[in-house]
Amino acid sequence: MKVKINGKYEEVGSTLNITGLLISKGLSCERVVVEHNRRIIPKEEIGAIALKEDDDLEIVSFVGGG
Amino acid sequence: MSYYEVIKRTEGLDTDGLFHSISRHEIERALASEVLSQAGFVATLSQEAEKYLELAAAKAREITLKHFGKTIQLYTPIYIANYCDNRCLYCGFKADNAFQRKKLGLDEVKKEAEFISSTGLRSILVLTGDSRSESPVSYIKDCVKILKEYFSSIAIEVYALTEEEYRELISEGVDGLTIYQETYDEKLYETLHPSGPKRDFLFRLDAPERGAMAGMRNVNIGTLLGLASWRREIFLMGLHAKYLQDAYPDVEIGISIPRLRPHAGDFKPGFEVSDRNIVQIITALRLFMPRLGIAVSTREDPILRENIMPLGVTRMSAGSTTCVGGHTRIINDHDRPQFEISDERSVEEIRSLLERRGYQPVLKDWMKI
Amino acid sequence: MEDILKIGDRSIKNRLFIGTGKFSSYSLMKKALEASQAEVVTVALRRVDDTSKTDNILDYIPKGCILMANTSGARNADEAVRIARLAKASGGGNWIKIEVIADNKYLLPDNMETLKATEILVKEGFVVLPYMSPDLSMARRLADAGAAAVMPLGSPIGSNRGVKTRELIEIMVREIKAPVIVDAGIGKPSDACECMEMGCAAVLINTAIAIASDPVNIASSFNMAVKAGRLAYLSGIPFGFMQPSASSPLTGFLREE
Repeated sequence: MKVKINGKYEEVGSTLNITGLLISKGLSCERVVVEHNRRIIPKEEIGAIALKEDDDLEIVSFVGGG
Repeated sequence: MSYYEVIKRTEGLDTDGLFHSISRHEIERALASEVLSQAGFVATLSQEAEKYLELAAAKAREITLKHFGKTIQLYTPIYIANYCDNRCLYCGFKADNAFQRKKLGLDEVKKEAEFISSTGLRSILVLTGDSRSESPVSYIKDCVKILKEYFSSIAIEVYALTEEEYRELISEGVDGLTIYQETYDEKLYETLHPSGPKRDFLFRLDAPERGAMAGMRNVNIGTLLGLASWRREIFLMGLHAKYLQDAYPDVEIGISIPRLRPHAGDFKPGFEVSDRNIVQIITALRLFMPRLGIAVSTREDPILRENIMPLGVTRMSAGSTTCVGGHTRIINDHDRPQFEISDERSVEEIRSLLERRGYQPVLKDWMKI
Repeated sequence: MEDILKIGDRSIKNRLFIGTGKFSSYSLMKKALEASQAEVVTVALRRVDDTSKTDNILDYIPKGCILMANTSGARNADEAVRIARLAKASGGGNWIKIEVIADNKYLLPDNMETLKATEILVKEGFVVLPYMSPDLSMARRLADAGAAAVMPLGSPIGSNRGVKTRELIEIMVREIKAPVIVDAGIGKPSDACECMEMGCAAVLINTAIAIASDPVNIASSFNMAVKAGRLAYLSGIPFGFMQPSASSPLTGFLREE
């Protein structure tokens, strides 16, 4: 299925949940925060959310900034 | 919040001691700083600062020029009624004084307006005594309706009103409020105002703020010099002006520093305020609040008026009378002025004097569109 | 008495705030932060990329620092609010520097959108520090809306031109009760010192430290400059004093009394 990740459509496995997606990208759940269809996902819920076609994900983390 | 809270905070303060303990160093520091702090204001009002008067005057003149240029606004009072329910010990209109009271009819108001506007003045200050029964807000409104045909700026100096009443008058065309606290000393205030509606210190104190909230463009406050030790009075009046300016930055705040003048009755001012003191007061206020409006009335004599003009004065009255209908009526023995005036020159004379001194007399500062 | 800056419910001793952008490496940034002894440090939020897999900036920020996320990248209030919420969810705490920039040419902030975002985020319990063009009326509105401080720019971001807006900031310092923190444009320690002498509550520095040849030592010098300026302000800076002249052209008329 296709989901939108940080503004770009990507093809991902149809049974993937958000945790799985992060692991597949080499990202740690602790270091990023995920917005799923405009809703910020609390860290404790992140494993329970399944992805579906056309979901919109923003995955962000802290960087240097003034 | 009310300015009363600020006054309460100064209650334990030994202000007289403070004004006597200021060092030369503190005054020099204040005079050298760009904007005067509250401590700097105290320093410039101190006894020691009398030695620095010329320097303070030079600085006050420079600030005044920068902010106002060489202009003086002219206005004149119009007394429309002198009925009064108060017994203010220092006032010629007090209820105890038996004389024939008067209230102008609307035709008389029109006559006065025609005469005053023929002198060129477009700014007027409407005065009544404190009598809600004889000169109610509805009467003031009726007068304003007539006056606004002749004047671009109408200020009122009447008894303290509610915010709603100020709003009503503003919607009728009033743009300025003048109301003096007379003294910021609450105990003395009670003594001086033995009875009548004006006895309510707090209602009077908050009146300028109610006017500002109601949307007045100009709010003028004042303390009547001679009633109490002037340094403390001016200090508290200055803080009052600052309080209003900070809280209502869209309102032009002004002050007056009337000195007690002879009037009918036997009240003698307990505290003398000299011309030198007046110069110190004006310069200190100008340094403390660069944009403050400062009015000097015809209570003061021509020589003083002319000499303090460059030091901070922004508004002067001209062609004044303190009698009801005094601009057009023949004043006879049973008419009573509120107080005697010292500068009896006509509007025309004041205008040409200002021009000779290189000042522009401003008759009309703005108009409503 | 110790000189403490209170913002939100935090007490801050060091009035030098530091931004973490533009450093050549996180490890160098860490050394600079340590040398500066800063207690408030800003970070930004970005979409993850490959570097996100390895390095976490939070590991390079000294323990005990107050983290203040900014909303850089936001072009309007809605985006700023969205970024602020994400920052909080990322464990960045509830301090937020609102930065709304819709102008890519000069990078000057949009005060109106900044105000809208401030109003929303204050209600959500954030400690809001808006970055702004120095404007008294707007600063009043921001403070009324509950901003914990206001942060006017000294000159455009990254310009290192110093406190070009001095006159406007001086007015804000005089009139605004909330702390006034100069953010952006400070190029050298003497600029930071000048802000503190003027009575500003703090300064926020990033570029001037990050791009110096020796960020660690310059961070330390900024720390000293801010302390020097603050101490001077508290000491009452003497001004030049004009001596009165012998003649009295303005008050001479009083002699006849």
